[in-house]
Amino acid sequence: MSVLEVKNISKSFDATEVLKDVGFTLEKGEVIAIIGSSGSGKTTLLRCLNFLEKPDSGQIIVNREILFDAASHKLLSENDIRKLRLHFGLVFQSFNLFPQYTALGNVKLAGELLAKERDDYKNNHKAILKEIEEKAADLLRQVGLSDKMQLYPHQLSGGQQQRVAIARALALSPDVLCFDEPTSALDPELTGEVLKVIRSLADRNTTMVIVTHEMQFARDVADKVVFMDDGFVVESGTPEEVFGQPKQERTIRFLERYSNI
Amino acid sequence: MFQSVLASLNEGFLKTLEIFGLTLLGAFPLGLVITFGSTSQFRPLKYVVKFIVWVVRGTPLMLQLIIIYYGPGLLLGSNWWGTGASGRFTAAVVAFVINYACYFSEIYRGGIEGVPKGQSEAGQVLGMTKRQIFSRIILLQVIKRIVPPMGNEIITLVKDTSLARVIAVYEIIWNGQAFIKSTGIIWPLFFTGVYYLIFSGVLTLLLGWLEKKLSFFRV
Repeated sequence: MSVLEVKNISKSFDATEVLKDVGFTLEKGEVIAIIGSSGSGKTTLLRCLNFLEKPDSGQIIVNREILFDAASHKLLSENDIRKLRLHFGLVFQSFNLFPQYTALGNVKLAGELLAKERDDYKNNHKAILKEIEEKAADLLRQVGLSDKMQLYPHQLSGGQQQRVAIARALALSPDVLCFDEPTSALDPELTGEVLKVIRSLADRNTTMVIVTHEMQFARDVADKVVFMDDGFVVESGTPEEVFGQPKQERTIRFLERYSNI
Repeated sequence: MFQSVLASLNEGFLKTLEIFGLTLLGAFPLGLVITFGSTSQFRPLKYVVKFIVWVVRGTPLMLQLIIIYYGPGLLLGSNWWGTGASGRFTAAVVAFVINYACYFSEIYRGGIEGVPKGQSEAGQVLGMTKRQIFSRIILLQVIKRIVPPMGNEIITLVKDTSLARVIAVYEIIWNGQAFIKSTGIIWPLFFTGVYYLIFSGVLTLLLGWLEKKLSFFRV
């Protein structure tokens, strides 16, 4: 059963069409890598999934529930969209950690705020908060930062900050975790530790959509690869198909450019 | 002699402090209202507010004091401010509040616009409400950014209060200068400088303490 179905997504900014009829499906526990040159629409696609941009047409379906349908989107309130976002997590290229919170605070914050909406919060808040804190600490341990929990973002390296951001995105247990070029803002020697964490998430069957320029990584980790160019999905398939025997002229040229570097 | 000079200067300085305190009390919130206006999506409002800010920042505060105090009487034929010292004091505070609110609003705007968009987007994708994003994420970052420029304005205000004497508000410089006319001694006027120095010194320490309090994170 598909966890995520993206159907016929199109999006324009003013006169520029950024996404043209984009679609893909993702099974539970699968990892999909989206590759393509800058400006091909990859990031916009992720932003649509997280409701940071509103597609002009198309549908987003999670666990067979239609979360978004461009045809009826006007009916959704701000609060509806807020709840829908919780199906997805997003790790940004530039981390976007909250500077005034510690690593642990960053991971806990959203969970604590959401817990206040629970009916049993008033009577049970101590236990609830303790549970949130334990889960947050556990996630930070998973990303290898058990000794950095009380540090503020500016006291951490870029790679450590991005790992905190991954823990933060996992804290609300999203159905699908999205990565927007998670290593592009990092020094080359720091990309490894972040990729290692993403790889370990894949090993534990986390459903993920990864926009990346790390071709070798995409090839190793992804179950499916989508190559986008100029807003279109040009080619998609298994890593062996897309990297091994690309069929489209544009895919071949793109991969040649990368292998020449 | 010394006693009576001190008594008079103290009384004047109390007036100075009143202008200072009331100006901050009015200009902090009014500045925020002006910020909302000058960043509004509604174009006509935005341009009207920006025009007002331009006029207020582009003319001398001394001129604004005069216009605000005499303007209603001369142009509209009615003195809004009432007669006597209390009327002049009210007019002075209103002029100071409007003037400083315009400066504060620009500082607020810079502070708010300086917070990267990614901060609120990170809050959004974590399911936070707009209100939570503002109060839990944006606000403290804005405060940290604006403390140094606000500190400058506040120290400037300490000294700008002396402009109120142009409409005969009896603040400390007015009282100090009065001794020249009445008794021919000039040192009380010079001595007012000590009051300003001590007061701005205390404020500098306070602002430094606040900056230090906020130094646990970086933006």
